[in-house]
Amino acid sequence: MKSWLLLAALLALTGIAFAISFRLYQKFKAHPAIQALLHPLVTGPLLVTGVLLLCGIDYSLYRQANSPFFFLLGTATVALAIPLHQQFHHIRQLASPLMATLLFGATFAVISALGIAWLLGATPETLVSLAPKSVTTPIALGIAEKVGGAPGLTAGIVVFTGVIGAILGPLLFSKLGVTDERIIGFVTGICAHGVGTTRAFEISSRCGAFSSLGLGLTGALTALVLPWILLWFF
Amino acid sequence: MAGSSPVVNKLRGVAALVCFQGIGEALVYFSGIPIPGPVIGMILLFAALQLTCTETPEWLGQTGYFMIRWLSLMFLPACTGLFFLPNIAADQWLPIIAAMVVGTLLTMVVAALLMKKLMPARAQEP
Repeated sequence: MKSWLLLAALLALTGIAFAISFRLYQKFKAHPAIQALLHPLVTGPLLVTGVLLLCGIDYSLYRQANSPFFFLLGTATVALAIPLHQQFHHIRQLASPLMATLLFGATFAVISALGIAWLLGATPETLVSLAPKSVTTPIALGIAEKVGGAPGLTAGIVVFTGVIGAILGPLLFSKLGVTDERIIGFVTGICAHGVGTTRAFEISSRCGAFSSLGLGLTGALTALVLPWILLWFF
Repeated sequence: MAGSSPVVNKLRGVAALVCFQGIGEALVYFSGIPIPGPVIGMILLFAALQLTCTETPEWLGQTGYFMIRWLSLMFLPACTGLFFLPNIAADQWLPIIAAMVVGTLLTMVVAALLMKKLMPARAQEP
């Protein structure tokens, strides 16, 4: 009975933390640079972590209590098909630049991560855990397990990569003078998977559709190709 | 009858999405392919929409965009996991953080510039 109440409270904690962080995010609408850093995906988890540490509650218990959200995350993933369908005529026009960017971006994401980490003295296990960093979490975990990475580490790396891409990506694109929403969306989807796609939908539904496409294609491509390459190397 | 009240519309939309999610999960379970069930569900729903209708039915579109608008709420528990990573040897932190931050931003810059270059002139944003 008591544990049932605790689980309900941990579920409510997510809602409350989101409400607070969302309010805060809205308050800084006039200052885009500050607003980007205060995204609910940054402040929300910080709030939850603070409460969990203060109360001495394990993350695994919190995760269990919030399984409804993990389920809904899957349902929302299915819903990404809708903007994809509505924007498909734009996407079909651009088939060849999209494919070229996908192949190059997905490969470069893996090689740059491995190269930087290797130069700084990463162990083989760290390298294997890093390789699937730009792919959506469930695919990345499948790959890491297959080739002997550390799944817990990979999960954290994937989420952190998504948050970095989602938060700093839009700032970076405006510095580069890239204003085309199709480019912003597609590249964000390739590099920052679902978290980046969430951010892309805040820009526009067209940007979000291109991001969903990048996420889906990168996931499929990496899931099919990366395990073979890693097994060959390590 | 169809599309009578907003509540009925929402329920219909959620039922359809959960159905495709379930089909995706079932396919993954029985085939063992390493792609998550919801991603398969997304591909199937996309295929179904492409084959059957040019206009997305209003009841489905409404629910879909509602779900998408609250994606960051659904991501919150997963993102919290970031602060509860397993213990890692101290000398591995620098390579990990550098690879994530520098590698990701570098990839975004290079991929965006490449795609900008490849975009056909006539399809350029007005």
